[in-house]
Amino acid sequence: MNKAAYDVLIVGTGIVGAACAHEFSRCGLSLSIVGQDLVGDGATAAGMGHIVVMDDSDAQFALTRYSQQLWQELRPELPDDVEYEQCGTIWVAADDEEMIEVLRKKDYYGERGVPTKVLDPKALQSLEPNLRAGMAGGLLVPEDGVLYPPCAARFLIERAQNRGANLHLGVPVAQIGQGQVRLADGTEISAQIIVNAAGASAADLTPGLEIKRRKGHLVITDRYPGFLRHQLVELGYLKSAHSVRNDSVAFNVQPRRTGQILIGSSRQYGAEHKEVDNFMLVRMLQRAQEYMPGLARMSTVRTWTGFRAATPDKLPLIGPWTGDKSILLATGHEGLGITTSLGTARILADQITGTKPQIPIEPYLPSRTAKEYAHA
Amino acid sequence: MGREEQRHFDVLVIGGGPAGMAAAACAAERGVRVGIVDDNPSFGGQIWRGGLNSQPNPNSAKWTERLRRSGAVALCGLRVVHQPEEGVLLAEGQNGFCELRYDRLVLATGARERFLPFPGWTLPNVMGAGGLQAMVKSGLLIRGKRVVVAGTGPLLLAVAAYLRKHGAEIPLICEQASWSSLARFGSALIRWPEKILQGLQLKRDLSGIPLAASTWVVAAHGEAAVESVVISRAGRTKTIPCDYLACGFHLVPNVELPLLLGCAVRHGFVQVDDFQNTTVPSVYCAGEPTGVGGVELALIEGQIAGLAATGHTKEAAAWFSKRRKAHRFAQLLERTFRLRAELSTLALPETMICRCEDVPYSRLRQHTSWRSAKLHTRCGMGPCQGRVCGPATQFLFKWNPDSVRPPVFPARVETLAAFSRQLETQPSEVTGGH
Amino acid sequence: MLSQVTVIVNGAPVVVPSGATVAVAVVLAGQACRKSVSGELRGPLCGMGICFECRVAIDGNLHARSCQVLCQPGMEIDTEK
Repeated sequence: MNKAAYDVLIVGTGIVGAACAHEFSRCGLSLSIVGQDLVGDGATAAGMGHIVVMDDSDAQFALTRYSQQLWQELRPELPDDVEYEQCGTIWVAADDEEMIEVLRKKDYYGERGVPTKVLDPKALQSLEPNLRAGMAGGLLVPEDGVLYPPCAARFLIERAQNRGANLHLGVPVAQIGQGQVRLADGTEISAQIIVNAAGASAADLTPGLEIKRRKGHLVITDRYPGFLRHQLVELGYLKSAHSVRNDSVAFNVQPRRTGQILIGSSRQYGAEHKEVDNFMLVRMLQRAQEYMPGLARMSTVRTWTGFRAATPDKLPLIGPWTGDKSILLATGHEGLGITTSLGTARILADQITGTKPQIPIEPYLPSRTAKEYAHA
Repeated sequence: MGREEQRHFDVLVIGGGPAGMAAAACAAERGVRVGIVDDNPSFGGQIWRGGLNSQPNPNSAKWTERLRRSGAVALCGLRVVHQPEEGVLLAEGQNGFCELRYDRLVLATGARERFLPFPGWTLPNVMGAGGLQAMVKSGLLIRGKRVVVAGTGPLLLAVAAYLRKHGAEIPLICEQASWSSLARFGSALIRWPEKILQGLQLKRDLSGIPLAASTWVVAAHGEAAVESVVISRAGRTKTIPCDYLACGFHLVPNVELPLLLGCAVRHGFVQVDDFQNTTVPSVYCAGEPTGVGGVELALIEGQIAGLAATGHTKEAAAWFSKRRKAHRFAQLLERTFRLRAELSTLALPETMICRCEDVPYSRLRQHTSWRSAKLHTRCGMGPCQGRVCGPATQFLFKWNPDSVRPPVFPARVETLAAFSRQLETQPSEVTGGH
Repeated sequence: MLSQVTVIVNGAPVVVPSGATVAVAVVLAGQACRKSVSGELRGPLCGMGICFECRVAIDGNLHARSCQVLCQPGMEIDTEK
């Protein structure tokens, strides 16, 4: 058996694949990265680029917080077109019930060293005057930020290339397994380790993965500088992300450095085509207008959709695949791919190099899933 | 038009230029309920755009009157932005929006000028040829101003004649096509006598204005606005001082709405059958989007579409031979005014290609596709939605455009969020497994 | 048919023929319609509502395509917004 061509081959040039490439290249591993189309495509191209600490579960908090801190470390090196802004998140409470959630979050984050500030209606209005009156308040998380994901992915991969990583774009991967990757044009590449960072297509390459594609819609406006200062998310968002209903929308808006407003968010299961679904678009925009009436007269320039890779327990799959020892999974990040990309890469790098990881990795191990893949 | 409206038509025509007017008039004359929509304050499209102080051309006046008498409902100042569901178009105006329901649809969305980048093309007072003409028709004073007219296509001559008539001084018309192409064009016109007449009239209107073939602008210079242009002529460059540069490279069909509706488009044109049916049932297309062929072809196709949409196929078929003849003119246009390769070498590294997002040539060169450039440089992500930079990059880099998504024109959030009445009768959730 | 309309461009009154568009008023006032993303002065290009180079704020509404808006008496046009 010939020696493998590479130490690691990464399938996927979205933010997670790019982060892995960046991280592994720092460890001196010989590296090849394969992407079916462009760097920073897929959900990376479609998503909001929100770097946010989330606390649906302790495991989710640990990974998002760890990863957010890694972004802050990397920040000084990020080029201008990555458009990193530490604008902060405000979780908006529309009623008293949601205010209770604000206080719970404040305590949770406070105990774990994440700075926050509870906002009463007046404070909320003064920070975001274009939110409609009558809100119950909110929670400001000042260390959250936003960036432009495709350029971030490109930066990370370029860094890896500068350290000798090989990038191969434009041909889809047909099959991976047992140290071999076969591209759709017949090319075979061997690697000691294969990383499946193929996002919403991960289950195509590794049958048995419980990844479902969760469609989302986005709209971007023309330039209205100063209208919005923070990423605003309604606390009802948590209900949406948790929802077992088939489709849901939530108020979620982001100021981009250009002054454009990015409007989300929506979630659907079972929608396979990438065309905009008008009934979702209408609901999402109506929700947005409810929270920020000033959006109504704003000019929108584009709408688009994307597919998030969703797992049953809402935590990503990071670690060795039980069905094939040569495969490491780095997928299933749902709406937190940008945030947790760096943490994911660091965790995997630690596993490869035998370094002690900085956060517990058990919650993300693929072996945690109930179903075992019977045959490698 | 009120803030929010709903209208229902048997036949809905999008576009109020010659093709749209002809389609709407013919359909309405057959007694069905017809609506015709255009985003300008009045009808005529580009070629029949009314001027503040000029008489409408006789053909335009004739069709305007015929449209008025036909009873078709004229909706001006409305731009179609989205198809929320089959059989409905969402249109936006200055202050409100309108849901337009239809049984049959005729797309007569016309064409726009093609702009190619060169150093200085973004200076104020550098406009399209049709662009400057439109501005003069809208009240811009051109008397005593020096205007260089450049680019390619018959539009240049028409614009030069118009500008001269309104007092502009035109030092030169620069046509990038060669003399032999133009001569072949001129002699081929014998097959279209009405064009010869137009040509002779044009010749008279243009007498004294030099026309240079194989000539193009290589740069525009100026501080706050264009002050001079540099042209390449017979291998030599020459500087011409001017107040305006009217520069356009023939026409690009407006196929965005047909694409949004799922119509098949080939080589940039909407595919239609003999009766102007597109590949989408009940959707017709007429005029420039099916092939750039000028007013005569647009009028014929519009009439065929209007007749076919109202089931009068035999009457429609009576126009087929005239259309064949006009088609050949369209083909002649395409052959004559093909763009020469030198035009793709004019941009300097710092020349802006995407004007909305200020993306220079140097940043675009490294990308191998439109999508890659868009994602990484923002080229095409601005409000023009690629209408200017798309055809330019297609010519410069051979990139193919992306698929079209709503809104087809920038639209207000409240317009896109408008609640479609039909939704009330549908379940609000899609059922299915987790 | 020789009626005129007065509009305000960047605070200064401009007289235009009735039926003229806002883009024409801006050009007659000697102003550029807008500054591009990198600060270049820009004016109308296509004259038909496609290119968005003629964008100005009209009575407080941003991003209006001035080549397609007819001047109304007293309209306030701002090219700096």
